[in-house]
Amino acid sequence: MKWQVVETKKGTRCRVLEGGSGAPVVFFHGAGGLLRENPYLDGLSQRYHVYAPEWPGYGDSTGEELLEDMLDFALHGWDLVDALGLSRPHLAGHSMGGMIAAEMACLAPRDLGKLALVAPAGLWMDAQPIPDIFAMLPYQLAEVLFHDPAKGQALLTGGADLSDMEALKEFYIGSQRRLSMAGKILFPIPNRRLSKRLYRLTAPTLVVWGVADRLIVPAYAERWKTMIPGARVVMVDNAGHMLPYEQPDALVRALSEFLV
Amino acid sequence: MKFTWFNLMPWPYLPDDFREKNRSVWVDIPNTLYDPRKGHAVYHTYLDQLEYAETLGFDGIGCNEHHQNGYGLMPSPNLIAATLSRRTSRAALCVIGNSIAGYNPPIRVAEEFAMLDVISGGRLIAGFPVGTPMDTNFCYGQIPALTRDKYGEAHDLIMKAWASDEPFAFDGKYNQLRWVNCWPKPIQKPHPPIYIPGGGSIETWDFCLDHDYNYSYLSFFGYLRGKSLLDGYWERVAKRGKDDSPYRAAFAQIICVADTDAEAERLYAEHVLYFFNRCLHVFPPFADPAGYRTMATIKHGALAQLTLARQKILENLTWKQLVDERFIIAGSPETVRQQLEECIKGLRIGHLFCLFHNGNMPDWKTRHSSKLFAEKVMPHLRDLWPEWKHDDRWWMHPMDDRLHPEERRPGAEKIGQEWAP
Repeated sequence: MKWQVVETKKGTRCRVLEGGSGAPVVFFHGAGGLLRENPYLDGLSQRYHVYAPEWPGYGDSTGEELLEDMLDFALHGWDLVDALGLSRPHLAGHSMGGMIAAEMACLAPRDLGKLALVAPAGLWMDAQPIPDIFAMLPYQLAEVLFHDPAKGQALLTGGADLSDMEALKEFYIGSQRRLSMAGKILFPIPNRRLSKRLYRLTAPTLVVWGVADRLIVPAYAERWKTMIPGARVVMVDNAGHMLPYEQPDALVRALSEFLV
Repeated sequence: MKFTWFNLMPWPYLPDDFREKNRSVWVDIPNTLYDPRKGHAVYHTYLDQLEYAETLGFDGIGCNEHHQNGYGLMPSPNLIAATLSRRTSRAALCVIGNSIAGYNPPIRVAEEFAMLDVISGGRLIAGFPVGTPMDTNFCYGQIPALTRDKYGEAHDLIMKAWASDEPFAFDGKYNQLRWVNCWPKPIQKPHPPIYIPGGGSIETWDFCLDHDYNYSYLSFFGYLRGKSLLDGYWERVAKRGKDDSPYRAAFAQIICVADTDAEAERLYAEHVLYFFNRCLHVFPPFADPAGYRTMATIKHGALAQLTLARQKILENLTWKQLVDERFIIAGSPETVRQQLEECIKGLRIGHLFCLFHNGNMPDWKTRHSSKLFAEKVMPHLRDLWPEWKHDDRWWMHPMDDRLHPEERRPGAEKIGQEWAP
C-alpha cells in the first residue's frame, strides 16, 4: 500500500493509505490513529481497493482547526469520499472511526455500500461506563486497550525508546495532537447522540467485537445489535479493543465474509 | 506595591496517609473525606482571616474558583466575595476569578461580578481564568481543544455586556442569546480591573496585552522558577511596544513570617508540607488532557512542564529545600523582606498575592504570620516602584461615598478558635 495526499473541498489536507483493487472500502482509524504497521489493511487490500485516510490532526494530515463537532467530522468523511472520487464505497471504522462511519451512514444512508463497525464508540450505557482514556497514564492505556497489554504497549509507542528524551517528546507531542482532535467528539463522554439517528440506516451492517475488550465492553456489541435491527455481530477471541492489531486475520476474514 | 491577602481555602483534615491511599486531591478524591460539620468552622475561620487581613492594612483580599477537590473549597468564589463585600469596606475584593468557559451562559458572570462591584461600592477586581484542566475539563466537562475558543467567546460576551448601553443580540458559537442586557452593571467604568491568571500558556500574554489586562502568574514553585516565564512575558510586553509598568503583572507567593528563621520552621513547616504533599497531589493526567494546552505552548515549554516530572519534585520535599530553592519565602521579618524584594524586583511585579494560610495551618499561626508581615515587612516594600507610584490602571476605583457595613456582632470573630494552641 502507498500514501497519497488529498485535499478536501473544505480545505483539509489528508494523507490516505491506499492499495489493492476491487470494491472500494474506506476504513477510518480509531483515536490512536494508524500505527506504523497495519496488517489488517494489507490483508483487506488483497481483495478490495482500500483507502485508509488519516484524520486531520493525525500524522501529516492537517486542517484540524476546521473540524469542531460531530457534524463536521461526519461531513469531513463524506468530503474525503468525494475527494477520492469514490461512489458508494463500503464504509468501515474502528472505535472512533466506527462512530464516524456510523454517523456518515445515518446522514447519507443511500451513499454507501455496506457498513462495518469494529468496536465502535458512540453509544453510552450508564450501567457500563467506558473508562476515561483522557485521564490515563500511558501504561494504563495499554491495559484497557489490549488483550495482551505488554505487546500492546510496544505497538502504541511504535517501538520508540521512551527513555530517550527526544523520542519521548516527539511521542508526547504527537499523542497530544491526536487526542486533542479525538476529544472533540469523545470528551468527556463519547456519546454525540448517534443513537437518535441510527434508525436511518439502510445499509447491511456488521459489528465486530473483541471478547476481551476492556474499554468498550462486549455488552456494547449487544446494544448495537439492538439499535440496528438485522446487524450481524461477530465476536473475536483473544482480542481487546485494539482488535484490528491483535487479531488482524480474524478481522479480515470477518470483513471479507460480510462484504463479499 | 499592592499586597493582596489570598486564601486558597484547603481542606485541613486530609489524613496523614492521604498521598499513599489516594491518587488525586482533585476530581475523583473520595468525597467522604469531606465533613460538612467541620466544614462549617473551616469556612468561618477562613472568612474571618480574610476580614482580619483588611484590618491589618492589606490592599486586597482574594479568593478563587476550584471544583471537586481538597485543595481549595471555593466552587463558587462569588459566594465568598459576597460575604466579604458586606463585612469589609476598604480592601479590594480580588476574585481571581471565574472560570468563564464553564459558565452557561457566561452572562451569569457579568451579572454576578456586577452585583459584587455594586454591593462593595466598586471594589471588585475581576479575574477571568481559563481554569485548571481538572476544573474546566474533568469536573465541568468542557472539551479541552475547544476550551480556549469558548473562553474567548465568553470573555467577549461579558465585556460587551458591561460596555453596552442597549440590549444586543449575541450570536456566538457556544452561546446564542437574543437579548443581552446586563442588569445591574458594574460601578467601575469602563469595567472593573481585569486579571488573567496564567500558568504558562504563551497565548495568554498576547491576550493580556491586546486588552491591557493584568497578567497574574500563579505558581507554587517560587520566584526562581517563575523568573524565566515572567522574563518571557516582559520581552513580549516590550516587543508589543507597551510600557513596562510593574502593575501589569502579579505573582502568588507562599510567605511565612516568624520572629526568627528557626521559629518559622518550627511554627510553619508541618503545615506548608501538608500543602505541598497533600493539596498538590494531583493525578498527572488530570492536569494535562490533550488539547488543553495549545501545540505552540507545548512546543515552547514541552517537557519542562511535563506534569509527571512536576509531581516528582513534590515527592520528597523538605522545609530546607522549600526555603533554599525559594518555593516559599519564610523566616524572620528581615529574611522575608530581603527575599521578597528580590522576588518583586526580579519578576518586575506590582501586585503580590500573599499566601499566609497553608494547608492545615491553625488560625492563630496564620494570623501571627500575617500580622508580623503587615507590621514589619509590608511597610518596607511599599515603595519599590517609585516611578510608577501613580499608576492605578490595574487597581480598583471605588466610590468615595460608599456605604460601610454595620458593626459586626460581638463575638463573631471567635468561631474557629478550636485550632488555637
